[in-house]
Amino acid sequence: MFISITSSKPPAANLGYILHKNPDAVQEFAVSWGKVHVFYPESSEERCTAVILADVDPVALVRGRTGSMESGPLEHYINDRPYVASSFMSVAIARIFSSALRGVCNKNPELPGQPLPLEVKIAVVYARGGEQVIRKLFEPLGYKVDVVRHTLDEKFPEWGESSYYTLDLQCEKTVSELLTHLYVLLPVLDDEKHYWVGDDEVSKLMHRGEGWLSSHPEKKLIVERYLKHRHYLAREAFARLGDDESKENENQEGYKSPEDAIESRIPLKDLRYAGITEVLKAAGCRKIIETGCGEGRMLMVLAKDPFFTEIAGSDVSAKILEKAADKLDPERFSKARNGRVKLFQASLSYRDDRFRGYDALILPEVIEHLDPYAFSAFETNIFGYIKPAVVVVSTPNIEYNSLFESIPAGSLRHKDHRFEWTRAQFREWAEKTAAAYGYTVEFSGIGEEDPDLGAPTQMCVFYEVKK
Amino acid sequence: MNITLPELALVILVGASGSGKSTFAAANFLPSESVSSDFCRKLISDDENNQSVSSEAFDLLHTIISKRLTLGKLTVVDATNVQPEARKPLLELARKYHCIPCAIVFDYPEKICRERNNNRSDRNFGNHVITRQTRQMKQALRSLKKEGFRHVFVLKDPSEAENVEITRQPLWNNRKSEHGPFDVIGDIHGCYDELLQLFDKLGYQVLQGENGRTIYHPDNRKPVFLGDYCDRGPKIAETLRLIMEISKGGNVFCVPGNHDKKLIKALSGRNVTLNHGLQNSMDQLSQETEEFRQEVSVFLDSLVSHYVLDEGRLVVAHAGMKEEMQGRGSGKVRDFALYGETTGETDEYGLPVRYNWAADYRGSATVVYGHTPVPEPAWLNKTICVDTGCVFGGNLTALRWPEKEIVSVPALKMYYEPAKPLIPIDSPENKPVRYDGLPEINDVMGNLSIETKLHHRVNIREENGRAALEAMSRYAADPRWLIYLPPTMSPAETAAEPGYLEFPHEALAYYAKNNVEKVVCEQKHMGSRAVVIVCRNRGAAERRFGIDSSEPGIIYTRTGRRFFEDVELETLILNRINNSLEKSGIWDEFETDWLCLDCELMPWSLKARELLRQQYAAVGASSSAASRCAVESLEKASERGLDVSTLLEKYSFRLNASELFRKAYGNYCWKVDSIEDVKIAPFHILAGEKSVYTHKDHVWHMEKISAFCSQDPSLLLATPYRIVDLSSEESISHCIEWWKTLTENGGEGMVVKPFDFTAHNGKSIIQPAVKCRGREYLRLIYGPEYTLPDNLERLRARGLSVKRRLALQEFALGIESLQRFVNGEPLYRYHQCAFAVLALESEPVDPRL
Repeated sequence: MFISITSSKPPAANLGYILHKNPDAVQEFAVSWGKVHVFYPESSEERCTAVILADVDPVALVRGRTGSMESGPLEHYINDRPYVASSFMSVAIARIFSSALRGVCNKNPELPGQPLPLEVKIAVVYARGGEQVIRKLFEPLGYKVDVVRHTLDEKFPEWGESSYYTLDLQCEKTVSELLTHLYVLLPVLDDEKHYWVGDDEVSKLMHRGEGWLSSHPEKKLIVERYLKHRHYLAREAFARLGDDESKENENQEGYKSPEDAIESRIPLKDLRYAGITEVLKAAGCRKIIETGCGEGRMLMVLAKDPFFTEIAGSDVSAKILEKAADKLDPERFSKARNGRVKLFQASLSYRDDRFRGYDALILPEVIEHLDPYAFSAFETNIFGYIKPAVVVVSTPNIEYNSLFESIPAGSLRHKDHRFEWTRAQFREWAEKTAAAYGYTVEFSGIGEEDPDLGAPTQMCVFYEVKK
Repeated sequence: MNITLPELALVILVGASGSGKSTFAAANFLPSESVSSDFCRKLISDDENNQSVSSEAFDLLHTIISKRLTLGKLTVVDATNVQPEARKPLLELARKYHCIPCAIVFDYPEKICRERNNNRSDRNFGNHVITRQTRQMKQALRSLKKEGFRHVFVLKDPSEAENVEITRQPLWNNRKSEHGPFDVIGDIHGCYDELLQLFDKLGYQVLQGENGRTIYHPDNRKPVFLGDYCDRGPKIAETLRLIMEISKGGNVFCVPGNHDKKLIKALSGRNVTLNHGLQNSMDQLSQETEEFRQEVSVFLDSLVSHYVLDEGRLVVAHAGMKEEMQGRGSGKVRDFALYGETTGETDEYGLPVRYNWAADYRGSATVVYGHTPVPEPAWLNKTICVDTGCVFGGNLTALRWPEKEIVSVPALKMYYEPAKPLIPIDSPENKPVRYDGLPEINDVMGNLSIETKLHHRVNIREENGRAALEAMSRYAADPRWLIYLPPTMSPAETAAEPGYLEFPHEALAYYAKNNVEKVVCEQKHMGSRAVVIVCRNRGAAERRFGIDSSEPGIIYTRTGRRFFEDVELETLILNRINNSLEKSGIWDEFETDWLCLDCELMPWSLKARELLRQQYAAVGASSSAASRCAVESLEKASERGLDVSTLLEKYSFRLNASELFRKAYGNYCWKVDSIEDVKIAPFHILAGEKSVYTHKDHVWHMEKISAFCSQDPSLLLATPYRIVDLSSEESISHCIEWWKTLTENGGEGMVVKPFDFTAHNGKSIIQPAVKCRGREYLRLIYGPEYTLPDNLERLRARGLSVKRRLALQEFALGIESLQRFVNGEPLYRYHQCAFAVLALESEPVDPRL
């Protein structure tokens, strides 16, 4: 990773004093993840350029797991980390230019306080969010920004552009200001800090952001990314910045599907839970199993209702069941109500007698995650083999998608959805299945109904025909 | 005294304390066969006389008995057993595991027990205890038979006990030493003419014996009749007469059917409803002599409900036989053999709904049965029903054993109207019977442990199984297609050659060290692993895989996922391969209508486009841009006279490395617009209808593959290869030159395989293949700059042992899976292997190996 800082105010070599690095020397500094070199490719009366070359050791990064507390891209040798100016560079700046960062120079105490015409080149930055984010971060601070975006591979134009940029900044600032901004903003651009972010990170940010962060229009983005999306830290930071942003920053993590957006605009989940609960009660079902329970939100609703005497949740992912177990704390329920809630790993593609013995089997928002084979297996398994008395199925109504701006035309609500159905498709499937396996079926919609497009979620309830 | 015990019995010893039960058990049974309550007390509390742990001790006793009876082991219960409440749970256990309960009673005078007890230092029972126990023993003598003990033996004094001789008698149904060959014939119901035709078709000659006709087979084949000889059909008396005559000759096995049992009752004058065709039997038999009717009764009554034949490989019964009942004797076993199981419900025709025990069957013995008419016999989990409803106008069917061929003759007419229509063969209701349906969760979860023929038993850790369940359920194709998942492959040991991480020497040395003389070195293609199953026609997919769609086969990835979302492209490719196989005559030569091929599918970018964009191209772009800036400023610094020579050299190296890196992956990428841009390189012909082709050496595979690849060279690539003689320096150095040229021109490298498909070193099988990857290719694994001497040195330390263990286990599982499929074993049996491979793949191992 490469940064050059050029001063063009004579005597330009003063830059050396400000940085505490002799323009005629080539210096090397050891850091935990590699080496940092500082040298000056030019130094004259008019122009003086300092280069910081930080050299991350890719082999040590993988072998010794240096610098990483979490798994992720750092685990691979095929890794952009050695080349991208990121949190590694911030660490290098703080370590090697601590005086310059603070604006201290013992020999010439007046020098660091003087703004200089500075040019900065950074090769390369990774900009999550693209050029727009780079400009939004630097321009409000008074930088003139020029970027060159790198193509992924000229030989394969169909692969498109990369998110890597070579960045040129121009400004009239003190070196201390410049280094402070880089220290904070490089990791923000990259959005992939290499070290564990703890409580003291908030203080660091407050310290480095003094005088500029609270008035930065993108402070929300800066705080969240700088604190690695740890919400409790972000809340603390906003509070310390004297902001009430702290209240509205829930649920911002990672990948956001259009479905999440829909879900947050209208509390569709809650409506669905309520709708299913109502159907179950009306049918007098007290023992319920949910296949594909995920993190257990529906189970939670059932568990709180004393009407239901036995509640089981299964999911194909062992990992997500652990989360569900944390949320549900089956212990708590079981002690009070004698094993009323239980969780187990299971798959709809395998015959499994543990699905038996319940009054109803529910599959809210499950079927759209099934491949054609898994789907046919689910039908045979549930309707042909387990034969619950009541089966509840809900799934998105694709017709309704056009009412959501967040869903591009023709795409589905979640990247793991294998299909979404119109009301007619849903009805056709359900009626055919009911007829084949001896069930009757009733349909309803969940959520605000559109006169033409129906409700956002469609639901049907199968009742076994008693002989 | 001689005591004859059934070989599978629960034997309880009944007698007061001091009657010598333990001594008797020690003298007559294996130490492990006798379980004593005192021993259980001791196990729990260190004291075999501790009466305060009785309840726990008996819990343990019963547990041990359960485990032994489950395994079919004769078990002797060494406890006083004088109280009925102590015997009751034992009787229940015997019943539960279908073992015959027997009792041996020590009916000694009280005096003897007292004396013996008083002489024992470790026991201080009061005499009143002995008195009570003796009294209870006397009471037991009267009630044991009533309670359900089938055999009760009474020993009157110690000398009698000392002279006992115990004989173990095999059960009537145990005829494991009979090896056939057999012809197992389904329900006849008086269809005498069809029976004669079937005999003829099976090669039997009908002869005139002393009292009537009998049969003879020149190859000494033996018929096995599955019961229901009578009722409904036209010639019931003739049928019975022939079968009785055949059975006098001995070379035959007959089991009874439910109709036969009812006929016995009717003949003995009991009040039974003459329905379901019994009237026909009674009418026809009334034309016969009383003597004949008597003979029929005796014959039918003498039949044993089921047989275990051919070393336990074959079980025959009228209505089927569950695994836990096979070879056992109890009322329940007999009932099951006659009637099977019902769900307790009745269907719309008023007939009992049968519980499909065969769907749950997981036994290793093949079960052949009748009872339920089916339109066509179909295998389900190693069971097959051969009642094809002859009397209803269907067929009379036999299964030839061990050939497993179906031979049948059509009914001459419909003799009896069925109460409900036979299920049409393609109705959905018939599906779960014809095919195995879904695998069962217990087939794969819990403690999955697979015995492979090649490489011992493979045990799957539960957490790996959990990961596999998710992968299998979320992404994999229909398990009926997944007859093979390919194994991982280990690289050669790290090279000694300077500047290289992998070099041919080590790969060749691995085989030389393991006593292999000749190896085959195949060029390694760099694409994505693909398993191709291609069917010659639609019928093959349906017949052999049970997949009734129009799919001409499948192409799937190493994790069992469909390779193509684009079904049209997949079909196009499969059709092209099919044509090549057709044109080259492979289908006919191999006598098969399907083949499973192990392939590499190119380009890499077809499947790995996102990986390439997000990781490879990204690293290429960023490293190249960053290094270029560094080099430019270092050059300037150098011009200024600063000493940056080391740095400049390093960054120039980096800049160059990043270009080489981009070139390295670029070799394996091209745009795919149509099938014309896809290349497939098959390298193993894994299996077809007749065989798993692991008995053929790799040159055979290469040659056969090359033969059909040449029919369509724009799609199919024959793999270049070399045979290397490991004892010849010259042969080795040619190989190294070849590898160098290959890898310097952008090739990934080579795979070295022993000449034979599977090779042993005397102790176990060895790696079926070892890869040796090129210097440039390895940039894609270890990063653009791995060739920096400093980096290379550190990378040399690689632990191969886990990778090699997995490679062997997965290889053995893959071949096992194919073998099971080719043998016609049920879905769950080969699915377990595929599942296990996927589970092993979740084992943490250095992904760069």
